[in-house]
Amino acid sequence: MSDRKGSGLLAIFAEVDAACAAIEGLREKGLRDMVVFSPTPRHELEHALHTPEVPVRLFTLVGGLTGAGSGFALGIWTSLNWPLITGGKPIISLPAFVIPAFELMVLMGALSTVVGLFINARLPGARHNVVYDRSFSAGRFGVYVEPPAGREDEARTILRESGALEVREGPEEVRVGTL
Amino acid sequence: MATVIRSETHPGIRSYEEVNRDVLKLMSRPGRAYFILLAAILAVLGLGIFAWMVQIVLGIGMSGLINPVGWGAYITTFVFWVGIAHSGTLISAVLLLFRARWRQSIYRAAEAMTVFAVLTAGLFPIIHLGRPWIFYYLLPLPNQRGLWPNFRSPLLWDVFAVSTYLTVSATFFYIGMIPDIAAARDATTVPWRKKLYSILSLGWRGTDREWKNFTRAYLYLAALATPLVLSVHSVVSWDFAMSIVPGWHTTIFAPYFVAGAIFSGLAMVITLLVPIRKIFGLQEYFTIRHFEMMAKLILVTSLVVTYAYATEYFMAWYSFETPERHVFWNRLFGDYWWATWIMILCNAGVPILLWFKKVRTSIPALFVITIFINIGMWFERFVIIITSLAQEYEPWQWQNYQPSWVEMSILLGSFAWFFLWFLLFMRVLPAVSIAELKEVLPVPLRFGRRGARSAGAHGSEEGRGNE
Repeated sequence: MSDRKGSGLLAIFAEVDAACAAIEGLREKGLRDMVVFSPTPRHELEHALHTPEVPVRLFTLVGGLTGAGSGFALGIWTSLNWPLITGGKPIISLPAFVIPAFELMVLMGALSTVVGLFINARLPGARHNVVYDRSFSAGRFGVYVEPPAGREDEARTILRESGALEVREGPEEVRVGTL
Repeated sequence: MATVIRSETHPGIRSYEEVNRDVLKLMSRPGRAYFILLAAILAVLGLGIFAWMVQIVLGIGMSGLINPVGWGAYITTFVFWVGIAHSGTLISAVLLLFRARWRQSIYRAAEAMTVFAVLTAGLFPIIHLGRPWIFYYLLPLPNQRGLWPNFRSPLLWDVFAVSTYLTVSATFFYIGMIPDIAAARDATTVPWRKKLYSILSLGWRGTDREWKNFTRAYLYLAALATPLVLSVHSVVSWDFAMSIVPGWHTTIFAPYFVAGAIFSGLAMVITLLVPIRKIFGLQEYFTIRHFEMMAKLILVTSLVVTYAYATEYFMAWYSFETPERHVFWNRLFGDYWWATWIMILCNAGVPILLWFKKVRTSIPALFVITIFINIGMWFERFVIIITSLAQEYEPWQWQNYQPSWVEMSILLGSFAWFFLWFLLFMRVLPAVSIAELKEVLPVPLRFGRRGARSAGAHGSEEGRGNE
């Protein structure tokens, strides 16, 4: 979801199960558009959010296959480029080319995984006027929700009742100037 | 009220916030000892740089390299540093895949060690070239006549393996650090640090989307790094094993080298962590349990290495090949007997002490033992390279090799270079993984254990509005 406007509510929790309760409460009321902040990855949050599988693995696969293919291609092409028999080996000595191909598979697989991470996680992200609180990297959990007009009270009640330490509202309160 | 449950691995740490405070404190206010150490390291590094400059100006003759010993202390040191690198990846990637619960606090330091050890190792083939300005001859690029390097050569494989290893381990190191740099960014008040961490953390906020993609990407990176680490030292070993030099031409070299690499690397991790633990007061983080687990791994790899030594000698005897038999006899009782016995004593003898739990759980004992292992593993490569080359083929060619002062100064300088990076890293970046350590701490709960289960259950209470 877009959390750039900062017009919603940001609840801060000290405990992970309280944050989960808030997420489930909001989802039950059909308020599924939210951003959850946590200091460490927690499966409880993922389960509460019903996060779908992410496509990073496709990037890894495609990158790895491209790397392996290009490693073989490079070895074969350069050998055919100057077909000189050395050590009695065939011009296209595939067993020897396995090693550059393997290394390029790992290299390109890893780099494309990073590309996949950056694209799917929207990194590098905006560093100014974003919804955030500095305590999220230390120990607090956060739930940010932008309810449709008229349902703010409902959302606020759910967040308070699940045990939020505080609930912030409006761009002034939920955003930080510069990360 | 949150229930307080103590962590199994880190009973002394009580809350998430405590981790941030402790780890981020490491990076502030370097004391006088730090600067004295830094100055000493820079002085040794200066000596190494001076020696290299002497070699560049006066030529490769300043090293002790002669015919037939064309590979000497430089290649020995290259293999030594590549080996050191391996345990970092073992701890960060392999133990992640095995879900070992004791890797979280030590893996960042081990991973940093990997990156800096590969950085150090990578210098040595270039120093060894004698004419470092044409190092690009090593790269898979065509020369002026359009000729490419030989893809059947282990030396080219080595270029692929080591450069991939450097790139992937540095990537893995940085990606894993992004959430922690964000934590440092949120806590610091120093302007230059704020600016640096703000840029390096890429605007990380720890949202659900970021974490989901991050944990997946991290898993795949670990899955790629695991076979990579096995391949790198195998390829390094094939630099030797693919030749027909007596003492090198053997099929056990790849597993033998990989075990040796992990053995030496784990020893180096302990050698580094013991003083860090003491100086920075990280007893709650690097616990006795961590050291004991590493000591057990050292013991296992030491046994593998010992077995490989025995196999080498057995194969030389059993093959009935005169040159093979000669080389191995010469290793034990020839001109380099002292190097061989140092190697056997340090790598196969001293680690026997680790069978005792008292020794495994004594930090000073581990520190001393691992220093012996570091020395022994340098000598292992020295023995393999020098004794085989010095009496290579024709007896009239045989000559012994002595490292020159230039080679020894560059070896010392390489330690300074490695420790310099490590020292700078300790002060600028989080040396303990903040986010991952929290995975082994008890999670703060409001409703207690039972409440948590229902709150975090697998969609047991799915609402009506669900698709």
